[in-house]
Amino acid sequence: MVTSVTNFSRSGLYDWVMQRLTAVILGVYSVFLLGYLVMNPALQFGQWSQLFEETWMRIFTLLALISILAHAWVGIWTITTDYLNDHTFGRKSVLVRFPLQMVCFIALFGYVVWGVQILWGL
Amino acid sequence: MKVSVYRYNPETDKKPYMMDFDVVIPQGKDPMVLDVLNLIKEQDPTLTFRRSCREGVCGSDGLSIGGTNGLACITPLSTVAKGNKLVIRPLPGLPVIRDLVVDMSLFYKQYEKVKPYLINDKPAPAIERLQTPEEREKLDGLYECILCACCSTACPSFWWNPDKFIGPSGLLQAYRFLADSRDTATQERLADLDDPFSVFRCRGIMNCVSVCPKGLNPTRAIGHIRQMLFKSAT
Repeated sequence: MVTSVTNFSRSGLYDWVMQRLTAVILGVYSVFLLGYLVMNPALQFGQWSQLFEETWMRIFTLLALISILAHAWVGIWTITTDYLNDHTFGRKSVLVRFPLQMVCFIALFGYVVWGVQILWGL
Repeated sequence: MKVSVYRYNPETDKKPYMMDFDVVIPQGKDPMVLDVLNLIKEQDPTLTFRRSCREGVCGSDGLSIGGTNGLACITPLSTVAKGNKLVIRPLPGLPVIRDLVVDMSLFYKQYEKVKPYLINDKPAPAIERLQTPEEREKLDGLYECILCACCSTACPSFWWNPDKFIGPSGLLQAYRFLADSRDTATQERLADLDDPFSVFRCRGIMNCVSVCPKGLNPTRAIGHIRQMLFKSAT
């Protein structure tokens, strides 16, 4: 058993299931948005803004934003532990890896908070 | 025929280098790559490589042949030589001891981690532990692994994290005991694998499947392990 504290959960299985579940949510959300744009070629700001006034759309969008956080966190964490480890940077690789992981996490967390601000017009 | 071979002797060489040999292949013959290496060794007795059974059973002569991992003893020259030229290197991703010989310690360490032996805490029966033919069938495609390391050293996930990711070979053996009806340590085995590296570092690119000289499918075994973990956790 390999221990890790910086991945999304403590368990590889949980990370793996989360990444797949969130992929489905993001896929459905993308198809929906794309479909909406194709179905409404003469889309104006008013209609677009009305769509995001709906509670179900806000829930759906917030769910997609949180899904990006979880999905990208698992992915970024995997990439950084693959390529930015001791093989590349020697024994002090954690000094490169950990700050970068934190930057990515803050950015992703920022997207969620920013998204909430936009959605509720705060 | 020109054969380019990876050479490195840590006692005399600062860096590894490629050495070219001209080898005369007897007309009308299609020797195995191991035969070609033996012909080269007649020219230069200092060339070092592992080999033993010379028929694909012992798994000693796993090499990178023309860029693809395989066993030299069962790889016909005609299938790997390109334009009368052949490049032979040691298995990638493991430290080179000398020439084509690599240090397999990390590979064996990962193998050891999966406890590759039957664990059964029930009292031993008088004669033997029986299995139905169906239960026995589940071990086909798993027990045949000869530990040549061709799969694990072809796997980028193993290259990047050979100390944390068990690798296709070790995971094939892990599933061989998870699937065994006589083994009673299934839950303990699964608990040992449920971290973000041991199993889940596999990205499913299937290099292991394409190079396995015994035609085994570690990716499928890894999929089964994931399913077992998922079922026991939901």
